[in-house]
Amino acid sequence: MVKPENLGRIIDEHPFFQGIDATLRELLVGCAANERFDAGQFLFRQGQSAKKFFLIRAGTVAVEIDQPGRPPIIIETIAEGDIAGWAWMVEPYQSTFDARAMTLVRALSFDAQCLRRKMEADPALGFEVMRRFVPVMAHRLAAARLQMLDLYGPTKKPKPEKTAKPEKAEAKSKGRNRAADARLEKAESKKKKDG
Amino acid sequence: MNVLPHDPMVPVPFRIEKVRRDLSDTFTMEMVPEAGGDFAFRPGQFNMLYVFGVGEVPISISGDPADRSVLVHTTRAVGTVTEALDALKPGDVLGVRGPFGTAWPVEAAFGHDLVFVAGGVGLAPLRPAIYQAMAHRERFGRVIVLYGARTPEDILYKKELERWRGRFDLDVLVTVDRATGKWGGNVGVVTNLVARGGFDPLNTASFVCGPEVMMRYAAAALEKKGVARDNIWVSVERNMKCGCGLCGHCQWGPHFTCKDGPVFRFDGIADLFQIREL
Repeated sequence: MVKPENLGRIIDEHPFFQGIDATLRELLVGCAANERFDAGQFLFRQGQSAKKFFLIRAGTVAVEIDQPGRPPIIIETIAEGDIAGWAWMVEPYQSTFDARAMTLVRALSFDAQCLRRKMEADPALGFEVMRRFVPVMAHRLAAARLQMLDLYGPTKKPKPEKTAKPEKAEAKSKGRNRAADARLEKAESKKKKDG
Repeated sequence: MNVLPHDPMVPVPFRIEKVRRDLSDTFTMEMVPEAGGDFAFRPGQFNMLYVFGVGEVPISISGDPADRSVLVHTTRAVGTVTEALDALKPGDVLGVRGPFGTAWPVEAAFGHDLVFVAGGVGLAPLRPAIYQAMAHRERFGRVIVLYGARTPEDILYKKELERWRGRFDLDVLVTVDRATGKWGGNVGVVTNLVARGGFDPLNTASFVCGPEVMMRYAAAALEKKGVARDNIWVSVERNMKCGCGLCGHCQWGPHFTCKDGPVFRFDGIADLFQIREL
């Protein structure tokens, strides 16, 4: 188990909390735990209560969205120095995506309820955490918008070979037959009349 | 001897030697002058390629500037002329005018870290500069290639990127805008890779090429990281026609993109990037 003073050092060294005031850091330490995830394990799941957020210390995390009957789509990858999860700050505190470890991941997790309580009790901590989270959220929003733009444009699919669709061809031939049948009937009825 | 004549309006016949399909709509052609001889160019320059009876298009040169025996162009088939180019086969002949325009200032970046930021097919105009930088590898600090593509299937020059990645003196980071679980690499916009850094921003030159929106955000990310505007270069595309600043079709504010560009230093054009009407 990591000692609290070491947790404090990890917080200090992580880019997200770089330069944080020592008193506020100690408040953070009280809600922090060291965690490890093997490749394939989930840090959090879509739809679940957002109980934690993570400072990624090592490894890569895929933020994914699940789609029925298809492989999940990776929206973003998060790596060392990043944070994972901000649903814990926004009601109803529910994760909107899956976060899956792509490699071995070492992270510092923060208990959301513990931290929210402390942030409400100490506005300085609340402001400090928000001040650091908002730029990350803004950056991710801008990145998501850029991704939506589909800047590089879709690659054109190879042109399909020009062959009539069987059902169309069939319909066409049926149509032709109907016309031929009608002509035959007309001719036969004319014959009968003449005869 | 350079084969191209002094009159920049006269196309020179080149014969296609090889065609390689890079992506379903992107292909690379290697061609040689029909009359023999060399073809010299500087990284970042472009040629006007003329498909006889169809029309002309500006296409950046994507080969190695040290190899003058063959002219290499990577093209994405998106319109009438590029689709006609796509239909050409080895042995066919097309007209070439050029090389035109300004170049990536590789030599001016000696002594710096060098960061290439490419998006989509924008890797093609940067490739000659990457070749040149690697030919003078000892003259740079870190050399980093940051590349963004739409999906893993849309990564241009995949094998070459893998080869570059295998070098100990070149950092290659690739990201895609979307992927499924089979992809083990980065997902996200290419500007995220800039933020990860790994270079000394105060001593870095950066060459950026891709869709204009991407270049705008990449330049902003580089600036945020601390790279000065006068150390960032971008390649701008407009409606180039004559290639030598006569016709005015490619005018962009006070610049003719074909003559004053396509490679611009960012501090000179940053404001133009913000003007929607241009």
